[in-house]
Amino acid sequence: MKSLDRKLVRDLWSLKAQVLSIALVIACGIGGFIASFSTHESLLQSRDTYYDTARFPHVFADVKRAPRTLLGQIAAIPGVSEVALRVVRDVQLDVEGVAQPMVARMIGFNPEKPQAMNRATLRSGRWPSPGARGEVVVNQRFAEVRGLRIGSTIHVLLNGRREALSIVGTALTPEYIYPTRGGLLPDDEWFAVLWMDENRLAAAYNMEGAFTSALLRIEHASGPQAVIAALDRVLEPYGTRGAYGRAEQVSNKIVSQEIEQQRITGTVLPSVFLLVAAFILNVVLHRQVNAQRLEIAALKALGYDDAAIAGHYLKFTAVIAALGVGIGILLGIWLGRQMTALYADFFHFPEFHYVLSAWVVGAGSAVAMAAAFGGTLAAIRGVIRLRAAEALRPAAPALFRPLLLERLGGARLLRLLTPGQRMILRNLERQWLRATLAVAGIAGAIAIVIAGTFWRDAVGYFIDVQFHAAQPGDVQLGFVEPVSGSAQYEVARLPGVQEAELARTIGARIRAGHRSYQTVVTGLADGARLQRIVGRGAGGELHEATPIPGALLLTARLARRLGVAPGDTVWVELMDGQRIGSVNARALTVGAVIDELAGMNVWMRMSELNALAGEGPLASSAALRVDAAAEPELLQRLKEMPGVATVIIKRTLLDTFRKTTARNLLFFTAILTAFAATIAAGVVYNNARIQLAERAWELASLRVLGFTRGEVSVLLLGELAIEIAAAVPIGCLFGFGLASLMVSLMHGENFEIPAVILPATYLYAAATAIAAGIISGLLVRHRIDHLDLVAVLKTRE
Amino acid sequence: MPTAPQALFTARALTKTYRMGEVEVQALRGVDLDVYPGEFIVLLGASGSGKSTLLNILGGLDTPTSGEVHFHDHNLTAADERALTRYRREHVGFVFQFYNLIPSLTARENVALVTDIADRPMAPEEALAWVGLTDRMDHFPSQLSGGEQQRIAIARAVAKRPQVLLCDEPTGALDYETGKLVLEVLARINAEFGTTAIVITHNAAIAGMAHRVWRLANGRIAGVEKNERRLSPAELSW
Repeated sequence: MKSLDRKLVRDLWSLKAQVLSIALVIACGIGGFIASFSTHESLLQSRDTYYDTARFPHVFADVKRAPRTLLGQIAAIPGVSEVALRVVRDVQLDVEGVAQPMVARMIGFNPEKPQAMNRATLRSGRWPSPGARGEVVVNQRFAEVRGLRIGSTIHVLLNGRREALSIVGTALTPEYIYPTRGGLLPDDEWFAVLWMDENRLAAAYNMEGAFTSALLRIEHASGPQAVIAALDRVLEPYGTRGAYGRAEQVSNKIVSQEIEQQRITGTVLPSVFLLVAAFILNVVLHRQVNAQRLEIAALKALGYDDAAIAGHYLKFTAVIAALGVGIGILLGIWLGRQMTALYADFFHFPEFHYVLSAWVVGAGSAVAMAAAFGGTLAAIRGVIRLRAAEALRPAAPALFRPLLLERLGGARLLRLLTPGQRMILRNLERQWLRATLAVAGIAGAIAIVIAGTFWRDAVGYFIDVQFHAAQPGDVQLGFVEPVSGSAQYEVARLPGVQEAELARTIGARIRAGHRSYQTVVTGLADGARLQRIVGRGAGGELHEATPIPGALLLTARLARRLGVAPGDTVWVELMDGQRIGSVNARALTVGAVIDELAGMNVWMRMSELNALAGEGPLASSAALRVDAAAEPELLQRLKEMPGVATVIIKRTLLDTFRKTTARNLLFFTAILTAFAATIAAGVVYNNARIQLAERAWELASLRVLGFTRGEVSVLLLGELAIEIAAAVPIGCLFGFGLASLMVSLMHGENFEIPAVILPATYLYAAATAIAAGIISGLLVRHRIDHLDLVAVLKTRE
Repeated sequence: MPTAPQALFTARALTKTYRMGEVEVQALRGVDLDVYPGEFIVLLGASGSGKSTLLNILGGLDTPTSGEVHFHDHNLTAADERALTRYRREHVGFVFQFYNLIPSLTARENVALVTDIADRPMAPEEALAWVGLTDRMDHFPSQLSGGEQQRIAIARAVAKRPQVLLCDEPTGALDYETGKLVLEVLARINAEFGTTAIVITHNAAIAGMAHRVWRLANGRIAGVEKNERRLSPAELSW
């Protein structure tokens, strides 16, 4: 066996470029797999560890104002193990040097008592001293982006009074891993979480002896549903927006969605890589066996048995696969660390460990090895079947037939082709399976680039629809308490405001039979132009809808969730206004549904919503179109308006979003492009090398007959060019399919990113494949230039 | 210059040394020769005598280590790869022992492959008629016998109207009858087109049809014989 192994080493060495290119394709598959799964595990573990040590609550409820005396009643709910009550208020925040008013979520806590649950972790400084005026701890993320230090002073409008607060520490909380007030986009630059002595906060809002937020931990055995229902019953008289479990907690929801996305990219893309690797391995081994017919025959004649010879070729595969797996593991660990670091920065877990479990490495390697062995199995069967005498005869001359086109009577058409072009076509037709596989491999590479880079287009489209078509305004105001309709004129008179529109939103629970969903009912002013309802038609084209008089307009997603269709009746239970709670629930008809990209929206006419709430013409928010030049002045004025709770400037919100996603996307785009180029090059280069080896004799003969290197190269590389040309449209189609698959797997519960792919992305993907093809072609061209012309005169094919 | 002005090939003091690993092989050790237009020359010699090396140098596939070789006024000694390719393309027709046809092209297309890149070729059909294969024009190599394949190779070689036909063991892979048929075609081309033919062979019997026979041994021309009366291929036997 020793000499057979020596042969193995020499064979591998003589094919080193091909061996390496295949190993790299396998490495990409394994690398992507390990990176994605280890990142997924690291994220899950970091999240869960964090939730456990911080004792993250299981159930959350917000109320307008409820007495703390309910504590005993809530704690008595079966299944509840712990209860914490607190005061939480959103206030306007002013940081020196920032024109835009920002929002701070003020959380009251007792500095003298350790937090039993939902523990914030102090990252620097200290907690406020008990009773100290104006001391706060700020969430670390905000402190970082705004450059706040211990000792910095910020200002908030506390119940209408401007107060200076001194920062004494920074902290992290599991509640705001992903800092957002509830939107889909992170607004950590414009949203701060501040912890303050609860007595001070309660005093500012006349909340002594009251709470606005209840946090519950429940016993393991019981699910949160019963607790949520019971809690709702207790809190209903106090204006609850409805209790919800962890699954609905915004930060947790987004974090979990991100982690889930990680898992999906980790399974779909590496599978494609591995498939391609298996294909290349198959082709290379077939070729290797054919080239060694005589040697195999000789080995058989010398008395080596089938098992020994098959083992020899299996080892050949195993070495390549092992090389690929080895590189892949290193690549995967490196990539996993990079990705984990990216997410660590994104999420700010207090502790972030990179976890790589044995099963990830084991499963990845096993899949790669299985793919590799699967790919070589057919070839090995061929070796075993070969009879010694049969193998010793030279291979039968290649059989060629007229092209299918010629047989079908297109001979006249083909006469237009040169013999060289006919050679190319006949070779393609004769080796159709290999050509098909090559096309599939290259198309797979193109698809991977598309699936990896289309996010930019899809998210861009999403932003276009949600933030430009649906919200053409520039600034969105939220009021502390609903204001009267006359506020419209006040708002319209603010500096720089060109157009102002009011709207009313009320939290509500929508019931249909046994199903219910907690969301927000939005009442739009008649003829609203700054807030539009934009949905997609059957063909994906956008269209606008308006609220339906006397009926509800539902997001299609919500209608599906509730199992209702236009014409059905749903029960609307408001959580704000004069008619709150289930006793005041009203039956309303679903007038129509609209396929919106985001939200679980219920749309009404504003006047009808106010009537439903038993109130006059009130508004809770305003959309503004603003003259950009007057924006600083407007923002300054807004800071001074105590009735304004939130100011959202669309431009800055989107800028922040673009900054974070652009960086993440750039990283993934670069990685995926490198992977896909490796695959494309692996396919093209191996195909070219195999063809060159098989046709060296033929091509050298042509060189002897006076064909130039260029002319001979065209004959060989022409086939590859055709394969790449065929792969481009197919790859684009695959890419669209793969993107659609990933999008459908990643549907958020209340939004969907459509598989929108711009032409530039298709071009980029095609260019990657073509570039890989050109580089492979040049490498092979170099070999064509060095064909041995003398040898062909003497040897038989 | 002592060379006769009408010579097609002139070679002086040709040597060729190969390095094969550690060993130096002296394939040619000083060859002088002149080949005249229209000559039919047979090169005889044992394996390793240098006859293939000589043919390769005359055919522009290889260059000598020292010495000079001219084709008309082309200096093949100094030519670079590009010039040699052009030389082969314009002036030389090759016939190989194993035919070296392109399996994916029919007989007609194999010939057309060369006529497409030649200056004033004959039509592929005409060339195939010359070798008597008009009825097999649309067959692929795998559908043809060895003799037929070799005749197509000859048609391919002559279709561009080369000045010289270089044949390396053209009958080496053929049986007796088929071999003679191929030699007849070569003789006819030599006679009717006046194409100079240089044929390498192990088969001493073929020498009878040559104008001149060179015997190579040990890298040198050991002897030149002139046939006073050339035999026709039909008269040959081996």
